[in-house]
Amino acid sequence: MKHVLPTLAVTAAFVAPTLAEARPVTLETSLQSYGGNGAFVAIYLLDPAGKYKGTLWMAGDKAKYYRHLSDWTRASGGRLAEVDGITGASVGSGKTLKITVDITDALINAGYKIHVDTAVENGDDNPSEIVAPLDASASGKPVAGDGYVKTFKATF
Amino acid sequence: MLRRVHAFAGLALALMLLVVATTGVLLSVEPAMNRLAWPAVAPGTSVAALADAVAARHQRVDSIRVRGDGAVTATFNDGAGKMVEAVDPRSGASLGAYESSAFFRFVVDLHRSLLMGDGGRIAVALAALGMLALGLTGTMMLARSLGGVSAILKPVRGDAARRWHGELGRLALVGLLLSSLTAAYLAATTFGIAPMPEPTPPAVAASGGPAAPIRSLAGLAGTDVSDLKQLTFPARKDPAGSFRLRTSEGEALVDPSTGATLAFARTSTIERIGEWAYVLHTGRASWAFALALGLTTAAAPALGATGFLIWLKRRSARPRLPANIPARSADTILLVGSEGGSTWGFARTLHAALTAQGHRVHAAEMNAVGPEHLDAERLLILTATYGDGGAPASAGLFLDRLAKLDRPIATAVLGFGDRSFPSFCGYARAVAEAIEAKGWPRLLAFKRIDRRSAQEFSQWGHDLGAALGRDLELKHVAERPKTTALALIGREMYGEAVGAPVAILRFEAAAEASGRPGQLPRFEAGDLLGVLPPGDDMPRLYSLASSTRDGVVEICVRLREGGLCSTFLHGLGVGDRIEAFVRDNPSFRPAAGRTPLILIGAGAGVGPLAGFVRANDAERPVHLYWGGRSPSSDFLYQHEFAEQIARRRLTTLRTAFSREPGEAAYVQDRLAADAHRLRDLVRQEAQILVCGGRDMAHAVARTVDRLVGPLGLDLATLRSQGRYLEDVY
Repeated sequence: MKHVLPTLAVTAAFVAPTLAEARPVTLETSLQSYGGNGAFVAIYLLDPAGKYKGTLWMAGDKAKYYRHLSDWTRASGGRLAEVDGITGASVGSGKTLKITVDITDALINAGYKIHVDTAVENGDDNPSEIVAPLDASASGKPVAGDGYVKTFKATF
Repeated sequence: MLRRVHAFAGLALALMLLVVATTGVLLSVEPAMNRLAWPAVAPGTSVAALADAVAARHQRVDSIRVRGDGAVTATFNDGAGKMVEAVDPRSGASLGAYESSAFFRFVVDLHRSLLMGDGGRIAVALAALGMLALGLTGTMMLARSLGGVSAILKPVRGDAARRWHGELGRLALVGLLLSSLTAAYLAATTFGIAPMPEPTPPAVAASGGPAAPIRSLAGLAGTDVSDLKQLTFPARKDPAGSFRLRTSEGEALVDPSTGATLAFARTSTIERIGEWAYVLHTGRASWAFALALGLTTAAAPALGATGFLIWLKRRSARPRLPANIPARSADTILLVGSEGGSTWGFARTLHAALTAQGHRVHAAEMNAVGPEHLDAERLLILTATYGDGGAPASAGLFLDRLAKLDRPIATAVLGFGDRSFPSFCGYARAVAEAIEAKGWPRLLAFKRIDRRSAQEFSQWGHDLGAALGRDLELKHVAERPKTTALALIGREMYGEAVGAPVAILRFEAAAEASGRPGQLPRFEAGDLLGVLPPGDDMPRLYSLASSTRDGVVEICVRLREGGLCSTFLHGLGVGDRIEAFVRDNPSFRPAAGRTPLILIGAGAGVGPLAGFVRANDAERPVHLYWGGRSPSSDFLYQHEFAEQIARRRLTTLRTAFSREPGEAAYVQDRLAADAHRLRDLVRQEAQILVCGGRDMAHAVARTVDRLVGPLGLDLATLRSQGRYLEDVY
């Protein structure tokens, strides 16, 4: 039995060879009150050339809907191994998904971008509705989405 | 076994099905409400024209879709966030903000997952499979009880719970099977057990040229709105993006600049199956179909309730044996064929006596006989006989099942019956002969017990003890049935002048000691009233001529020479009390429906028939044939029948009087004379109910058998279809 709580606090070790060279980054994705079923949310990282680096979190555990997260599918190849161990429940209308990941220092302030895809059953697909720089200077600054995401912010 | 699976699955699922069915009924109303809420999507507008009209009103449109609820909606963002509006499918004009009903979303969630996520989904899916099992086993049981698959539409017999369960189950069967089968399939697609591929066209980059007016795009202009499922606009940030057009045919990518169809993937057969399962389950295609499906779903809780009642009744009818050993480890098997339960009483006495002697005894009803019963050292069969040599209720399958068993076991058969019947212990004899024919060793000679004689039973116990090398003392004390006190409020005497005194007696519930008015038990005309005459614990059964709703207990009693109970009843004065109880008699009751009834009776046998006429509120055709001795002396219910004809509860009345000078006739003579008319009625599926003495019943049976011959029917067929019922004494 899963409850979608207003906030989800999760820690995932990501691309951190040793903890000494990594720092925790908190990612908060607040959804609009769109009044529908829970949203699937994919949060992933692209390098300065737009190449897929890895997935940070996948909210939604029905793999058959992942194709509606179309940019994530295109970038990652849609491989389930990419989200193994970093999958949680879908996020309800009006709720906030809050996760903490450890990210290698080398990736920060180096032109990498965080992408967020969202999709809702009987609703819309919003590929890359958030594109936010992985930049410490942007820490805590909310970015508005143009789909189901009201605001997204990364705190370093 | 079938019954056990059916009962177990039913009980386990009852609660969950109650939730799923109730929410299902609520949801079945949604398509009808949606039909009223949204303009119908009619052909005649192209997707290009619609999309153009919608796009003209907004800065950015993400998608246009035709929803499951029938609404056409557009998702747009004019700078104030994502919004959804309903759209007129003909003009593309806005119909205001769209919000799917939070109530129905909640109900859907309850319906498919009990608000418990995947765990709930699995539980509901199992419930659907359980419903499927209930539907199938229930159909098999119904077919078996009605005499085969071809008889499945025949009237269901039994008490009220059984009739409702059978009739409702039959009505709702197709809908419930459809709902549960599609539910199971949909759950399988949710969990990826059944594939549900969506058509995915290969990613082809668009030309990247300047966007052309949507109205001009050939790839969209060729598709009608009535075929549309969803149109997704190209992502703003993606210069190589295209329109994604989803129809029932498949999914196409359309270039926003050239209008060319860049790629197309066709809907696969397996996806179409999934879509059909969805449409059939939700009734999305037709609100009328959805409501019909909802109605059958509403039957599910009623089926659960009546099924539970039947189960309770069966349970309470089974006698409680304090130490019933499992069949596998028993040395003595006791098989019981009982109609009203009194044979079970003897079995209980025997069970206790044998157990006290150190035997390990397993008792079961005769219908349960199986190979596991043959491992024991001995088999004791105690059985009553139903009617004229027939099997009692708990033994109907015994002889068939016995025929398939062939491991010899020492056996004794004890019959219970009434010596005054021509076929005294006829069924028990048939069982004894079948076992003899198998060559199984005989533990004791076949013996018959007359009228529940405790002495004869005790004697048989001594014989059994001798065979076992033990001292077996069987002290049987008949259980006195629980009775209600009834007080006589009226009596009418007939037939004294012709030597056949018959009394119509009416009773009400006697006031309790406290002075409060008593309560009548529940009964219907044709049920039996067991009367205990003073000083005797053996009840005499009389057919009831009234129902609970009449507020009186009415019976017809013929005075028999030396008859303890009839003498007692005829001697009652108004205000006198009797001790009596009601026994269900579902095997003698008119079938539900509007088909004609032919009621045939003689003398006091008219009682229950008069009750059937009285209860005929629906004014179905009822034809009564009745025989007496003299119209001036024993014409029972003469005035009431005249009145019932005027009130259309009785269609025709034909009488025969055996002592009418010059016109002496019996009721079977009237039947023979009316052969033509009666055949017509039988052709209209008429049901025949006969009540009266044995001689009359035999004569009537012979006459009816001859009479229906020209229709290619015979009495046995009518009996097996429940269209020829007898209550004979």
